[in-house]
Amino acid sequence: MSGTIEQPRFTCALGSCQSVVAIKKGVPILHSGPGCGGQITRLIGQGEGYAGGSTAPCTNAEEADVVFGGEKKLRSVIENSFKVIDGDIYVVLTGCTAAITGDDIAAVTGEFQAEDKPIVYVEEGGFKSNNYASHERLVNAIVDQYVDKFKKSDEKVEGLVNVFASIPYQDPYWSGNLEGIKKVLTDIGLKVNILFGNESGGVEEWKTIPNAQFNIVIGPWVGVKIAKHLKVKYGQPYLQFPYLPIGAIETSRFLRQVAEFAHLDEIKVENYIKAEEAKYYSHIEKMADFMLEFRYGIPRRVYTIADSSYALGFSKFLLNELGIIPGPQYIVDDIPEKFQDSVRAEFDNISILQKRQVEVVFDPDAGKNQARLEEDAKNYEDKRLLILGSSWDKNLADKLHADLLIISVPVQHRLIMNCGYTGYAGGLRAIEDIYDRVLATYR
Amino acid sequence: MSVINIEEPNVVIREKRLGTINAFTGSASEIVQRSEEGNLKDAKRKFSQCLGCNAQQAFCQLSMIKDVAVINHAPIGCAGEFSDFNFTYRVEQEKRDLPEDIGRYFSTNIQEKDTVFGATKKLEETIHVAYERVKPKAIFVTTSCASGIIGEDIESVVEKASKELGIPVVTCSCEGFRSKVWTTGFDAAYHTVLRGIVKPPTKKTNKINVVNFWGSHVFDEIFEKFGYEAQYIMPFASIEELEHCSEAAATIHICPSLSTYMGAGLSQLYGVPEITAPPAYGIDGTDGWLRALGKVLGKEDVAEQLIKEGHEKYVPEIDKLKEKFKGKRAYVTAGAAHGQALIHLLRELGFDVVGASVFHHDPIYDSGDRNMDVLAHAVSTYGDVKDYRVCNKQSCELVNALIRNKPDFIMARHGGMTLWGAKLGIPTLLIGDEQFGIGYKGALNYARRIDETLDSIEFIKNFSKHASNPYTEWWLTQEPGYFQGGGSGGCGCRQGA
Repeated sequence: MSGTIEQPRFTCALGSCQSVVAIKKGVPILHSGPGCGGQITRLIGQGEGYAGGSTAPCTNAEEADVVFGGEKKLRSVIENSFKVIDGDIYVVLTGCTAAITGDDIAAVTGEFQAEDKPIVYVEEGGFKSNNYASHERLVNAIVDQYVDKFKKSDEKVEGLVNVFASIPYQDPYWSGNLEGIKKVLTDIGLKVNILFGNESGGVEEWKTIPNAQFNIVIGPWVGVKIAKHLKVKYGQPYLQFPYLPIGAIETSRFLRQVAEFAHLDEIKVENYIKAEEAKYYSHIEKMADFMLEFRYGIPRRVYTIADSSYALGFSKFLLNELGIIPGPQYIVDDIPEKFQDSVRAEFDNISILQKRQVEVVFDPDAGKNQARLEEDAKNYEDKRLLILGSSWDKNLADKLHADLLIISVPVQHRLIMNCGYTGYAGGLRAIEDIYDRVLATYR
Repeated sequence: MSVINIEEPNVVIREKRLGTINAFTGSASEIVQRSEEGNLKDAKRKFSQCLGCNAQQAFCQLSMIKDVAVINHAPIGCAGEFSDFNFTYRVEQEKRDLPEDIGRYFSTNIQEKDTVFGATKKLEETIHVAYERVKPKAIFVTTSCASGIIGEDIESVVEKASKELGIPVVTCSCEGFRSKVWTTGFDAAYHTVLRGIVKPPTKKTNKINVVNFWGSHVFDEIFEKFGYEAQYIMPFASIEELEHCSEAAATIHICPSLSTYMGAGLSQLYGVPEITAPPAYGIDGTDGWLRALGKVLGKEDVAEQLIKEGHEKYVPEIDKLKEKFKGKRAYVTAGAAHGQALIHLLRELGFDVVGASVFHHDPIYDSGDRNMDVLAHAVSTYGDVKDYRVCNKQSCELVNALIRNKPDFIMARHGGMTLWGAKLGIPTLLIGDEQFGIGYKGALNYARRIDETLDSIEFIKNFSKHASNPYTEWWLTQEPGYFQGGGSGGCGCRQGA
């Protein structure tokens, strides 16, 4: 898709600067116009982190740079970024101005790489792709220009795995989601390089990427290019799980697939799953009477306006664990066409019991999707509706008297710290959050 | 005085029009004097951090006009702010008892191939999509770095669309790289409205244009006493109201950094008088502003009455709070004129303002009237501010200056700066509503909020104990103006690396 977008729910290629901010003591250096950093953080921000937001170095392109080139300025800003900001890794990312005028970023950054400075460049240009796709290029650039250079060895470490899942800040719950995934994988005996956020060991962890036995990609498309790259580079096989594992069924399925792939001790893993499921379902049982008996109505039909990984993860969870039937799914991550069939196939198999027809619409123009949703909802006036969307959908949800759980950017009606929906604990959290919104509507 | 030429599609940028600069190290009296002499020079920084751009300020003024659609002709990243402004738009609708609605903003989503083959077709399509979905009274098209560099002929697209749709479709030229001063974006938005929306007057009304953001409606009561009505522009005005703003009795400013282009435009093109006194911040500032307003409206007696009433009602309580603030050291960080007004206000409240880091400096405003110089007024009333910096929103310079000045309190205006006060353990206050501090009541509002901020010290002290600091020891031992290098207007600034 390449046309008009109303209500954008992702940003441009330069948005991967937020992935740099998510690496401990990572410093993005923007070679871009003066407003780019602000535009990105306004959509996928929520706090500037260590050295993001208005702390991030930027060349702030002006007319003269567009006419005469901005390489000299970039060199000066890089040189002084090392002096002013105490970082472990610095990543230069280019915006539209430098990309169109053709500044030689590789040459300028190369001067510092020659001195063994921890610096990486990614030639972007905001118009090159959205930030889902550029996240892959960023990770690959760090692997090629930093990890490969500073790694301690190529030797594989028993049980070590690299995980590529949530995209920091684009997934508003990235911090909690990554924690949730690391927890369950660690619990079944793996050592996990989660790479971003609090549970990561920062650049020292990145340096051990080559030592992993294999890689895990979570999601239908983002991360596949990273895994393929690592397969060629370090001979690591990879396992793809095509959506966020939320709640017991999907988390258990995920863990079984990982265990099989990594030849883990089956009994140990099954024991863990059994114990976790017992705890999980004791909570479900506790509240089942509420779900069955609450007389004032709980949601029966769910619409999703979100990215493909969230849409799949949540729809499976809601159908099989809460009995909320999926209505049309509006997928807004501009997922490349070649991956769309696999997403459709996953939706066909969304039920644990039977084939189901789920309408799936791939269109990043969420303004149009809202109109489609409103039209569809006219047929279900007897049902209480749940919308999984973003702050853009508040108005529509109010209009339809639907419950809204914000799971996508922009997030303006919720503060997120370490909340996450992955794993067993994440499923319970999702249930709490959904019914919190439902119950809060009663006086 | 700058000449407003609405025949030109592009606004003349602020550096050229007003001689605006982004870097200065020195004192307040020095920058005032140099502004008058016209010998301020800008500097090129050898290190810089993310700023803001033209496009954001233009969008801020255009996006909340009630019955419009705004198209950003740009890659999708430039639309990051859409949701933020939509949030503001909706919250402020509620305050104004307006029906709940979303802002209708569209991106043409320029992609790589469009930078080669052109994106005017996409713009045409998006204009039609926006029209079909919204049926607006006008469509604004804001430009971007990408559309600017590839040299799109946007004017012919909008002219054609305007004819086809029978509504104004107007370009707002606000490419991020066009001006080093982001506030040029405000001027670009006003230029767009003056050029494409405002009509010549057919009558005179009793309205007074208040050029503002989306602040509270504090002027209603004041103007009523003079027999006039406030017309807040541009957010929450309708296209029809903007068409007729040329018929107003006067234009006032809440912040000259924001709106003197609009004031001068309405004055030069349609003879709407402009109140050029510094805005009504602080007791003394409000006295002066009311007198200026009374003079323009020919109602000096009403002004004197309001002054008398205001003093009687608010000054005693302000005086009580002043006792608490006496001798406390304050630091200000803010845009330009609003920051200068805050300096004045804080000093009136008894603070010792030890320094300020403002974002840019306009040596003169569009009216050409020196009377509007808020800083000159602050200096002549309460004396010099020794450490006055123009920091271009560079947080590294602010942090450094704060560590040197060790204030007891920081007054901030603009996001992204308060964090540093808190990290250093200094109570910091940011007030979003510009009109919160207007008039005598505004002075009391501020005094109360400051008192409250100074009181909640526990959180700040605990937070600062655990906060990280990304700045190196090297940087914190350099002069704050180190990177302003040669050419910066003032003394006390070492040559940059």
